[in-house]
Amino acid sequence: MAFLINLLSAGIRSGTAILFATVGEILAERAGVLNLGVEGMMLMGAVTAYGVAYSTGSAWVGLLAAAAMGGLLALLHAFVTITLRADQVVSGLALTFLGSGLSAVVGAPLVEVAQAPRLPAFNIPLLADLPVLGPILFQHNVMVYIGFLLAPLAWFYVFRTRPGMELRAVGEYPAAADVMGVSVYRTRYLYVVVGGVFAGIAGAALSLAITPLWVEGLTAGQGWIAVGLVIFAGWNPLRAALGSYLFGAIRRLPLDLQNVGFFLRNPTYGYFMNMLPYLFTIAVLVIGSREAMRRRVGAPAALGQPYVREERGK
Amino acid sequence: MSTNPAFEMRNISKRFPGVLANDNVSFAAAKGEIHALLGENGAGKSTLMSVLCGLYRPDGGELLIDGAPVDFRSPRDAIRAGVGMVYQHFMLAPSQTVTENVMLGLRDTPFVLNTPQLAAEVEKIGAQFHLPVDPHAMIWQLSVGEQQRVEIIKMLYRGANILILDEPTAVLTPPEIEGFFRTLREMAAAGKTIVFISHKLDEVLSIADRITILRGGKWVDTVANANLTKATLASMMVGREVLFRLDKTPHQPGAAQLALSQVQALDDKRLPALRKLSLTVHAGEIVGVAGVAGNGQRELAEVIAGIRPVTGGAIAVTGQDVTHAPPLARIQAGVAYVPEDRSATGSAPDLSVAENLALRAFRKAPLAGRFVLKRQLMQQQAQKLIAQFGIATPSPQTPSRKLSGGNLQKLILAREISSQPQVLVAAYPTRGLDIGATEYVRKVLLEEREKGVAILLLSEDLEEIFALADRIAVIFEGQIVGDLPANTADLETVGLLMAGEQVEA
Repeated sequence: MAFLINLLSAGIRSGTAILFATVGEILAERAGVLNLGVEGMMLMGAVTAYGVAYSTGSAWVGLLAAAAMGGLLALLHAFVTITLRADQVVSGLALTFLGSGLSAVVGAPLVEVAQAPRLPAFNIPLLADLPVLGPILFQHNVMVYIGFLLAPLAWFYVFRTRPGMELRAVGEYPAAADVMGVSVYRTRYLYVVVGGVFAGIAGAALSLAITPLWVEGLTAGQGWIAVGLVIFAGWNPLRAALGSYLFGAIRRLPLDLQNVGFFLRNPTYGYFMNMLPYLFTIAVLVIGSREAMRRRVGAPAALGQPYVREERGK
Repeated sequence: MSTNPAFEMRNISKRFPGVLANDNVSFAAAKGEIHALLGENGAGKSTLMSVLCGLYRPDGGELLIDGAPVDFRSPRDAIRAGVGMVYQHFMLAPSQTVTENVMLGLRDTPFVLNTPQLAAEVEKIGAQFHLPVDPHAMIWQLSVGEQQRVEIIKMLYRGANILILDEPTAVLTPPEIEGFFRTLREMAAAGKTIVFISHKLDEVLSIADRITILRGGKWVDTVANANLTKATLASMMVGREVLFRLDKTPHQPGAAQLALSQVQALDDKRLPALRKLSLTVHAGEIVGVAGVAGNGQRELAEVIAGIRPVTGGAIAVTGQDVTHAPPLARIQAGVAYVPEDRSATGSAPDLSVAENLALRAFRKAPLAGRFVLKRQLMQQQAQKLIAQFGIATPSPQTPSRKLSGGNLQKLILAREISSQPQVLVAAYPTRGLDIGATEYVRKVLLEEREKGVAILLLSEDLEEIFALADRIAVIFEGQIVGDLPANTADLETVGLLMAGEQVEA
């Protein structure tokens, strides 16, 4: 029992970064723009958060800086894909390479420094004392609690509000939104940038709360897991929360199993356990890239397609 | 109908790279008037209307609404001024509900949507103008006719006084068209101005109060709908006399060249599209498939071409079974295919005209050498076909994506027919073509019939089916529900069959 409580609690904590990144990517893709640069934006967010928190002495300022950095990188992607109509896959990949490389360079001096301030962790009064649920849900850092609110709020925004409806229409049939007076370009810019802000926050959650340190490649592919989860979640923020925590737990599993007798005797099996989340991501991405499958799980119909008004015919 | 113009367009010009789409066009319509805008494809109708509804900004000229000059920067400005456009390709998001689509883009709705209240409003407008539709249905669940109603409701909800309808009847069955025309007349009687874009002369003559004709981007004439004939309208549209009758020799069918028995297939959503469909086409005859779009026509053409798997039944070409044969085997068996989508399925847009023309013949001598293609010969053969079929292209090396729709269709026909097929499947061969190109395509199909080719013609244009076909097969929900000789069939029976009604033989 203690093992399970421990695993679920750690899973939720480690899934929180993935959750922020996934919800952000869902918003961008709902507007019709695929951004494969999540990994790069998360890394830049993580290093920015850590560096700024270290030099200002405030983790909150670090978090804000990370959000701004994520938004800025996403703005670059938005400009290249929406205004210049470049291929979204290529631009996103470039962004990931840029983020991985740049974060390693600017982050090099930070690896050695003393601990930067962390985002606060606290128990929720009363609820934290509940048996089982208390330790799983209510003894965490502040980002986990924000994450709890994020998924239902994002769901409500997308499916129950006027701007959410416009967002979905832009990703589904941009021409229809355009003729009804919804600016496709503005909407897409907005949500790509918002997606970047969330990826930046996800990076900050990692380096300032979840694994509070900076090393090169800190995210270890979590940005890619987020991209895969968007498909797994069917572009639905609530399901994204479920998936994020599930992935968090799968990522934690090898760590918790290290001390189980079987793995102590057979250390190679541990490596296979470490592969699990990535194998799962690859499987989801392969399945999700099949056109027919995508349609069935509810992909935004215009995902990946640039919108050009005057090309619709004469 | 009052005499005050609801809108007035004066000397509108709009230029696209390389084309002058509107050249000094003036156009006006009165309150309560149904005004038809008539012209061939490329005549500038859609451009002119896109200017009126704020999608395009004109390069010259001025626009007045209710006598006051306006400058629309976006469709939203136009909607605010009471101008609403119903596009030919509906502007509806399929995965959203009717109500959501009607509400899309409205600024005065609250941040959090009150769906029940909005749905009630949608229903009320629908009832007022006889446009019944379920406000909670998803768009993809609706028939095309219902989707069109949603589009109109969307505009009425926004208080549109000027409604522009871009070829609204193209997607409707004859009975639906009648109901639709009633709704139009009611709206006009209620003081709305209706601009009806079409190239169907019969419909224009039966619904319009006045008719404006455009040709080659220029205004030709505006006439009151009195004592007009199809022939006069057509000659104004085309700029010359047009033949409405095609010369056709008597029907002399030969052996069964294409036989489908009990064929079943699924559509892209994996739902049954063909339900035990049986159909035979003989040498030297044209079988026209009539039906409302989405009743299995596309799947029918694709199972014959071999690009959609058959889940039951059998297909035979010239007596050979090809039910599960790949496309190449069918080409070798003598099947030629003119697909619905010319640019994506019918041709390789980035290959040259010559290469596209060789796409069927390149595998065998004389075009195929031992290892490399004989490119010079390919050019020569292309020159010959270009001349023979009158394909307007700058050169055989031009990428085929630069051709117009009509010329691309001629290219595809040239390629398919030069392979001397036994069976020709032509899916919507004249869709979107202007009168000149349409005439040509029809002539080619009749020539092939003379040569003894078995032709299956899919078309949404009943007039075309009646003009070309020897037999009319009506398709409804994946089955052939009627197989009638063309010379004795009447439009009403075919229309009822298309709508799924039982008809006494």
